[in-house]
Amino acid sequence: MDNMFSDALGQLLAEQCTPAVVRQIEGGADAAALWAQIAESGFADALVPESADGAGMVLKDACALWELIGRHALPLPLAETMLVRGWLAQAGASLPEGAIAMAPRARQAGGQVSAVGVRCAKVAQWVAVELGGETRLLAAAAASQTPAVFPLDAGLSWPEAVWTAAPVVPGAGDLQVAQAMVYAALLSGALMTCFERTLQFANERQQFGRPIGKFQIIQHELAQISEHAFSSRMAAQIACESRTLTPDPVRVAVGKARTSEAVVVVADFSHSIHGAIGFTAEFDLQLYTRRLHHWRVTAGSESHWHDVAGEALLADPSPLALDLIRRVSDAEASV
Amino acid sequence: MSSIASLTITQIPAEAEALRAEVRAFLTEATAKIPAHIRAKSWSGFDPEFSKALGAKGWLGMTFPKEYGGGGRTAFERYVLVEEFLNFGAPVGSHWIAERQSGPLLLKYGTDEQKRTILPKIAQGELYCCIGMSEPNSGSDLASVKTRAEKNDQGWLLNGQKIWTTNAHHCHYMIALVRTSGTTEDRQKGLSQVLVDLSLPGITVRPIEDLAGDSHFCEVFFDNVQLSADALVGNEGQGWEQVNAELAFERSGPERIFSSVVLFDQWLAYIRTPAGKRPESTRLAGQILTRMAPLRAMSIAIQEKLARHESPIVEAALVKDQGTVLEQYIPAAIADDLLSRDEADVPFELMQTLTYVTHIAPCYTLRGGTRSILRGMIARGLGLR
Repeated sequence: MDNMFSDALGQLLAEQCTPAVVRQIEGGADAAALWAQIAESGFADALVPESADGAGMVLKDACALWELIGRHALPLPLAETMLVRGWLAQAGASLPEGAIAMAPRARQAGGQVSAVGVRCAKVAQWVAVELGGETRLLAAAAASQTPAVFPLDAGLSWPEAVWTAAPVVPGAGDLQVAQAMVYAALLSGALMTCFERTLQFANERQQFGRPIGKFQIIQHELAQISEHAFSSRMAAQIACESRTLTPDPVRVAVGKARTSEAVVVVADFSHSIHGAIGFTAEFDLQLYTRRLHHWRVTAGSESHWHDVAGEALLADPSPLALDLIRRVSDAEASV
Repeated sequence: MSSIASLTITQIPAEAEALRAEVRAFLTEATAKIPAHIRAKSWSGFDPEFSKALGAKGWLGMTFPKEYGGGGRTAFERYVLVEEFLNFGAPVGSHWIAERQSGPLLLKYGTDEQKRTILPKIAQGELYCCIGMSEPNSGSDLASVKTRAEKNDQGWLLNGQKIWTTNAHHCHYMIALVRTSGTTEDRQKGLSQVLVDLSLPGITVRPIEDLAGDSHFCEVFFDNVQLSADALVGNEGQGWEQVNAELAFERSGPERIFSSVVLFDQWLAYIRTPAGKRPESTRLAGQILTRMAPLRAMSIAIQEKLARHESPIVEAALVKDQGTVLEQYIPAAIADDLLSRDEADVPFELMQTLTYVTHIAPCYTLRGGTRSILRGMIARGLGLR
């Protein structure tokens, strides 16, 4: 069943979310048509229980779908939407139309509730906003926008009254943990895309009379890219390893830290192997490497999650680090 | 495009996990009095009494068939034990190579006579083996080995020299890669594996002291050593294939992740104390944890593939290369952390362990294939060569 779902999503994204579409939406074009295609497909309800007409997936199943979203650089918060809809449906709440972004760690000041750098805020209808440990669902249109560094993002600010009147999202838990889990999976997909594109380029690009992939230095760089890409894929699985809709914070710390840490190496080697062409706007590599750097720092960079993992390790009562390592690296037992 | 299969998170089966508590109770007691800087040696720590105690418990040769004195248990059961041995820093060096590599090799390629005489003693922790691969000037280029075994009327006449042979001075047998026909020009053609009883006349073993003051590497000289006809392991001329299969399966185990873990645990104990705790140390602890956990998950996923008789050779190389990088990073990073403080505040035993692991860490890259060789293997798996 899992493969059927990911094959279908992979096909949908390959057809609808082409590099040309990604560029248009990043450039400010309306994302409504792309969202409509996706909404039509039903993937936004992958984590909604079957009893509420969803696919009844849990986090563990969603990992592969989120990786595909990362692979295709989808310029919409579909992964976040899937998760928030899952939480809402699980609590029996009504499900809103449209894409849902996430804003963990919002702040309250001067009669406003605000969040900076909200990922995909410009292409979302709703925002799950966390303030003081509680998450509520706010309309994006009710916010005033401030600029953000990535074209799809924005800072958002709502009057306190909007926050107060907004419905609570039950089950969201620590929203930064949830968002970090999602981006670990997105990163793993984008890292894999960079790896595969760079491998293909090295096999095709000829210099000094042979493909550059025949040179040992390029081979060793690609070997290292593959090491980071495949470790990141495992780290993303660790982050999503839950048979419910609630992530485990220490597993997420492992997943997000490891995938974030892979970014600089993979992006650097990918660009170095591609040479000048990879640096151009017209060549697709930049769609992924710009996201790698952006997602690396989304929901906390590797150092943030190293701190979280380190605190967990120091608090662990076992004299062997092995015991915490086992707890996070073994799959969760089936019930 | 790439032949690297994606590895899926899995878990050690419950029946294998069931062994953990018992072995841990045993190790807690058995290693309690060994100082950390000695425990840090683990699979270079030579202690025949300890090996015999493990043999008596049935904890060696677990995966060998019962008819050869083994336990007939699964690879995952052995994985749990080895993981515990390494994390406790148990001195497993005496039996390590025999139990982990030579035994399985003989099981796969050996004659019934070789299996019946050798395997039960390995399982009892009483018979130790070394591996004769490297030679002077051959290094990773095993196809260039010059040591020859010439067929004669009594069997094979062995002449030549091996080097970097771990623990040869303590071992009973060597499984050597030798030339049985042709010349070094023929490269991998004409190579065979032979089982050499190290007590035979004509063999000289000379230990080489390492920079930490230990002697586990040896030079081994063969001067007209007469081997019997049944010393051949597997088929004549198939040595290259046999050796490569042997190397491929030793690259993804817990020993590729946990070589520096005794130091890591000892350092963690220090930074858990009020005197040792600092934010940058906590961050470093987290960084090491978040690199180690995915590698362990990959190592277990590879074990599962091996248990299903798949050959995840490239995946194993990928885990070993990263595992080695991490194992070498641990002493370097811990040294940086500790010596950003006043050395007078750092426990002496911790410094001693750190120094030992720092000095020995270069060998992590060498054993089981150098970094360049592994990256070359990955590149081959990616279709680049």
